[in-house]
Amino acid sequence: MEKEIVTLKEKLNVVGKPKRRVDAKEKVIGKALYVDDLRFPGMLYGKVKRSIYPRARIRVIDTSKAKALKGVVAVLTAKDIPGKNMVPIIVEDMPLLAEREVRYIGEALALVAASSKRTAEEALKLIKVDYEPLTPVTSPIDALKNTSPKIYGENNIVISYKLRKGDVESGFREADVIIEREYRTGYQEHVYLEPQGIIAVPGPNGSMVIYGSLQCPHYVQKAVSYVTGIGMNKVRVVQVETGGGFGGKEDVPSWVAGYTAVLAYRTNKPVKLIYDREEDILSTSKRHPAIIKYRTGAKKTGELTAVEVKYILDAGAYATLSIPVLWRGTVHAVGPYKCPNIKVDSLAVATNKVPCGAFRGFGTPQVIFAHESQMDLLAEEIGMDPIDLRLKNALEEGDQTATGQVLRESVGLKETIRRAAELSNWHRKRREYSLLKGVKRRGIGISTVFYGVSLGAAGKHLDKAASLVHVFPDGSVVVFQSLTEIGQGQRTVIAQIASESLGVKFEDVYVQQADTSIVPDSGPTVASRGTLMPGMAVIDACKRIKKRLAAVAAEMLNTTPENLVFENGEVYNVYKPGKGMLFKEVVKEAYNRRVNLGAEGWFEAPFTSFNPETGQGEPYFVYSYATHIAEVEVDVETGKVDVLKVTAVHDSGKIINPATASGQVEGGILQGLGYALMEELQEKDGYILNPNLTDYLIPTSMDAPEIEVSFVEARYSKGPFGAKGIGEPSIMPTAAAILNAVSHAIGVRVFSLPATPEKIYWTIKGSGRYT
Amino acid sequence: MNETGNLKIKFTLNGKPIEYMVKPNWTLLDLLRKELSVLSPKEGCSRGDCGACTVLLNGKPVNSCLVLAPQIDGKEIVTVEGLIEDKEFKALKETFIEKGAVQCGFCTPGIIVSAVALLREKGNPTVQDIEEALEGNLCRCTGYIRIIEAVKQAAEKLQKTS
Repeated sequence: MEKEIVTLKEKLNVVGKPKRRVDAKEKVIGKALYVDDLRFPGMLYGKVKRSIYPRARIRVIDTSKAKALKGVVAVLTAKDIPGKNMVPIIVEDMPLLAEREVRYIGEALALVAASSKRTAEEALKLIKVDYEPLTPVTSPIDALKNTSPKIYGENNIVISYKLRKGDVESGFREADVIIEREYRTGYQEHVYLEPQGIIAVPGPNGSMVIYGSLQCPHYVQKAVSYVTGIGMNKVRVVQVETGGGFGGKEDVPSWVAGYTAVLAYRTNKPVKLIYDREEDILSTSKRHPAIIKYRTGAKKTGELTAVEVKYILDAGAYATLSIPVLWRGTVHAVGPYKCPNIKVDSLAVATNKVPCGAFRGFGTPQVIFAHESQMDLLAEEIGMDPIDLRLKNALEEGDQTATGQVLRESVGLKETIRRAAELSNWHRKRREYSLLKGVKRRGIGISTVFYGVSLGAAGKHLDKAASLVHVFPDGSVVVFQSLTEIGQGQRTVIAQIASESLGVKFEDVYVQQADTSIVPDSGPTVASRGTLMPGMAVIDACKRIKKRLAAVAAEMLNTTPENLVFENGEVYNVYKPGKGMLFKEVVKEAYNRRVNLGAEGWFEAPFTSFNPETGQGEPYFVYSYATHIAEVEVDVETGKVDVLKVTAVHDSGKIINPATASGQVEGGILQGLGYALMEELQEKDGYILNPNLTDYLIPTSMDAPEIEVSFVEARYSKGPFGAKGIGEPSIMPTAAAILNAVSHAIGVRVFSLPATPEKIYWTIKGSGRYT
Repeated sequence: MNETGNLKIKFTLNGKPIEYMVKPNWTLLDLLRKELSVLSPKEGCSRGDCGACTVLLNGKPVNSCLVLAPQIDGKEIVTVEGLIEDKEFKALKETFIEKGAVQCGFCTPGIIVSAVALLREKGNPTVQDIEEALEGNLCRCTGYIRIIEAVKQAAEKLQKTS
């Protein structure tokens, strides 16, 4: 280990400032290039033939007519895959192309490459598939019945977890109040504005380059190597500008790239494959629908005595990411509260439907909706203000979580609750809104959450990050790292961290796009780890370079390295400010002395653990916290909800860039608003009825409420400048806060998401109120 | 129309006159992106729901995926590429960057086009005007807040300078 240079300055020049995004200008002037904007000489266009049955045996796939069509270069089925017919995600259960049986509508059966997209589309129609339809299983409750056809393993259960703490039965005996309810949540579709897309380009010596819209380049590299049989050393994945991800480009690009790479391999030509919107909605992963049975026991004074949860996810036909999604949901099922007695049982169940996967929040928004509804029901039952009830049970430093983890630092939860209450004028509005009469009723509701940052014990082996930093003789800096910019501002934040660490001007740092051939596998861009993990790796590399430069600068300034300050592109002796040199002068001298001006950085996630028998352990090394307070107006005659304002207070540790962090929170809130009130993917017998943006509604500019964002910066000692994570906590509390506000407004509660106007209308009707 | 069913159309694109043989079933978006390599309009849904392909047709914002190429015969088409020197665009460019109204950027060119059309029509738009003008442009990243603020601020800047 190289000895760390003691920094004599505390003041931050770049970190914590609302620096302008490094990619904003290109995007505004329309020059940013996304995958569909790229072309290569001789490029072909790929398309995928997909199943029209939720469950069927495949008798024959006849591709002869498609192959004969002018302009068609290749039509491939499972037997033409050069490597393994398998997409490696967590477990290996999903073939790239179905061979004997299809398990959901939209499952891939065959691939076409043609000279134009239109020709490829024509060819798809000429592929004849002879199916023998089988009875599909489309509900997880049916799938769990003994009589159900076995569509996954022996019992249709993809994965199950349990969490045990104390003794729930005695906890419920101690309780003065017990609240027991069932909650349901529906699918949520990502609707990244740019659909999935990949270009595969065969290169010399049997190599292959993949350009794509993706979150996890190292996952794609592994998948392409699997299906083509090309060694990982010859598969290079380059992320291009990506039009949104939200989890939807975590696992899916592995199979999109798989199709494209197989076509490129067999035709020896570059192949572009871009999904159209309907195909994207029908065949790619989404947020899991869930059923949550929840039982909460508490004292009259508000202390929780017992929580029992049964959490069932509808996984769809293959495991994809259900395993870690369910695990995260299980660990977070009780919420950010102290409770001595806990029992959580969770299951992800297979159905003949599109596989569900990662979506911002990753298995937590479902249970948050349940636990935050429970808290409000409990508050009502014991006659306590919902804020006071939460403050009474909220985790603090030194407390134990549901998994028995003692929180040792960086717990800003209570401050998020207090500040949100203050900023929103909670107490006054809670009172005033209760008194409103008439057609338009108002309500105010709260939700509070915690979120384990990064992959945690379940993804331990992937939880590392690398960086490569070069300083050039002109004093400019390039940073390579392999987490991806997907809109969140990751490259800007990494540039700020590098600039602060080296003491160079922000404008002199350039962060390159992710490329698997440059830095070692750094895990996926998920789990709100895009700042903390690569940030630490970048700091590590910068320190190494700075140490070497400091040795040179110390000689030049006639002092010792310990006395040097690197700041804003200058290097000076802390005792002689104003008499320093430019950073680039030091670099030039170091260059002439043949000092190595490049360095690799590395960071391994701190300790985590998990006992599969009890669910106890330290599943995550640190947690972010957030509280949202929503204000709504409900028309009790139509059930229509207007969200007037959301106050969002987040503890994500040190905020590296307040502008991009607020942008994350605002965007998360609108996605949460959609999840709460309007986003409803309708499915019947395995068929998705509204695979388009005409009928699947997401929030528009007309739905945007007033948003007030505030940060509690409880610094984390092992994060870059004290940072934790922000991406997912942004969406997590919103839907529950809105539903609690709706319930405050109308006096009755909706127990399933989304709470569409129809559902609210019928809930009001059924309650007999306002008649 | 020639014997292959193709049609010759004349139109102006970003101020330049163009003559082009088109197929009757091409959309304006296909013509721009695939034939003419004008890449700022993006394809997000192909059915007029998302607004990522918004361009100006005789000064009005339209979803170019819903316009057939032959329909633009004799018309004037403007995309972001043709707005670079435009005063409304310049003001929007500044405020979008300053406000952080851009995240993934895929919807941005379409939103800018809609905003330019609004600012040309209404020098001093209300927040309501802005929300309505952008209703057909979906954004999944920003939550719209910063976009609305950026358009408002651009309008104010333009008011001051005019």
